[in-house]
Amino acid sequence: MGEPASSSRNAPDLRQTVAAGGERRIELIGAWNLAALGQRLPQLRSRLAEYALDVSCSWDLTAVTVLDHAGALLLWRAWGRRRAPRLILKPEHESVFDNLAKPRELPQPPLDLWATTTALGQKVIGLLDHLFGATALLGQVMIDAAGLVRRPREIPWREISASIFRTGAQALGITAIVGFLVGVVISYLSAQQLKQFGADIYIVNLVGVSVIRELGPVLAAVLIAGRSGSAMTAQIGVMRVTEELDAMTVMGIPHTVRLVLPRMIALAISMPFLVLWTNVIAILGGMLAAQTELNIDYRFFLSRLPEVVPIANLWLGLGKSLVFGAVIALIACHFGLRIKPNTESLGAGTTQSVVIAITTVIIVDAIFAVMFADVGIIK
Amino acid sequence: MTEHVVEIEGLWTRFGRQVVHRGIDLKIERGEVLSLVGGSGSGKTVLLRQMLGLETPRRGRVRVLGEDLHACEPGVLQELRNRWGVLFQQGALFSSLPVFDNVALPLRELRVLDEGVIQELVLMKLEMVGIEFRHASKLPAEISGGMVKRVALARALALEPELLFLDEPTSGLDPDRSESFVTLVEELRRELNLTVVMVTHDLDTLVALSSRIAVLFDGRLVVVGTLREVVHSEHPFIVNFFLGERGRRALEAVWDTLGLGKNASRGKP
Repeated sequence: MGEPASSSRNAPDLRQTVAAGGERRIELIGAWNLAALGQRLPQLRSRLAEYALDVSCSWDLTAVTVLDHAGALLLWRAWGRRRAPRLILKPEHESVFDNLAKPRELPQPPLDLWATTTALGQKVIGLLDHLFGATALLGQVMIDAAGLVRRPREIPWREISASIFRTGAQALGITAIVGFLVGVVISYLSAQQLKQFGADIYIVNLVGVSVIRELGPVLAAVLIAGRSGSAMTAQIGVMRVTEELDAMTVMGIPHTVRLVLPRMIALAISMPFLVLWTNVIAILGGMLAAQTELNIDYRFFLSRLPEVVPIANLWLGLGKSLVFGAVIALIACHFGLRIKPNTESLGAGTTQSVVIAITTVIIVDAIFAVMFADVGIIK
Repeated sequence: MTEHVVEIEGLWTRFGRQVVHRGIDLKIERGEVLSLVGGSGSGKTVLLRQMLGLETPRRGRVRVLGEDLHACEPGVLQELRNRWGVLFQQGALFSSLPVFDNVALPLRELRVLDEGVIQELVLMKLEMVGIEFRHASKLPAEISGGMVKRVALARALALEPELLFLDEPTSGLDPDRSESFVTLVEELRRELNLTVVMVTHDLDTLVALSSRIAVLFDGRLVVVGTLREVVHSEHPFIVNFFLGERGRRALEAVWDTLGLGKNASRGKP
């Protein structure tokens, strides 16, 4: 039974002695293993290098208690990658040095002069690939949806309802807080400007149109893209890592029907409701600020709202949000399905998914703004 | 003085209402290979995790290399962790790092070795476990399951530990690889005076490597002893495990030395 703790306690060291004949000898003592070398390593390395300069001296390793590869390697390198000419060591340590003598080279990857150009090209191809892939996924979902219309028994109701609960009901809190604060801020800042012109009652127009037509849908969409979109990507991505996606494929369950379609439908359903909710809370916040800043009565605010904000704005906002919901889910699933089975890809995919989803929401919003420029605006 | 590498006293583990261990006492000596055996869900891996300090005991004490895992200074624990190596069941390689960097990571974390030394040590370890150097730049996702296991072993051995924990070391390896794995561990144990704690289902590995076997059943250690002592136990689980059809086949080579009588005897001598 060796004395274990002692191996870490008997510190490695070396000393130079001069024998009677004038022969210099370097004696090594203690445990020369990684655990014992530890922090003393830099100091020992420099001393070894110093002693190794004198090739005539002999090395005595018989007092070394433990010698591992790291310790042997340290000596080996000090001796200039060969055995010291006069070396005395314990027979059991012989094999450690024999092992070191074998050459080991890490194969170097060939130098690629075109690396930058190739990388740029790959980026462009990657972008096109994503566009193509997302379009193909959308097409596949459409085909599957058409198939499900003919076979309504196969519609994945459970997945849809679970998704609605996760993306809709559980998001009520965060959208309410953000909606309320934005409503208050918009109303307060507008009030400061309107006061100067004595146009106090136009606060209703400003808050009403901006919240119902633009801010409500876009705010909710951005929040949901960050909250539910990232969750969807990560969830599907982890399914790739754990081979669940492959398991579904071999069971003949298409990913689009069970994973993508339910999420798109669920988000397309829950988004308009979330937007409605955000609108209500944001207008509530706006009313509160209008009351305190401009002394506009709640009842007046509410009675004037339908007069100055045509109902078309609400339908436009809700219609947009439906599209936003479907787009966010599609992008989240697209990136989720493309995740490779490693942690880095999972992180990168989730980030990309959120960034692309938010950007796409803004682009779609701009398209809507151009298309419906004449709808619901009182001139 | 006989020092125990691992000392477990009166260990109870509970997850919620589920009691996994009901008072386990176990002492592991230096230089031995102790195998933990038990049915699926009998808490073998949890016991291993207790020895690694990854779980907290409800009651009892776990001492590894003389230190109480839950009552020592963080610095001491850190030093302790550099003295053991762990091979997880799925390898647990860092999936975003290539093979080379996975093995180099514990060496780099020491912050005393220069890159040249690290490279030589890593290559030596890879060679030891039979990984060709051309695979060194690959990511864990790009190599086979058996190779993941061997790279993970190389990583566990990177710091030349005194104590090696193996969780199902041969699961997912082909018989040939299992055989060479067993030989490798045996060689390492002799060369480095390594103590090995191993959880395994593989009877061949168990018979070939273990100097002692601990059998877990229903939250307790029913038998701890050499293979010979264990097979003579009359516990129904052991009779089933070792003397069933598969067990007999694995024990065939050493049957005569176990003193179990002729093959005809059913279960017990």
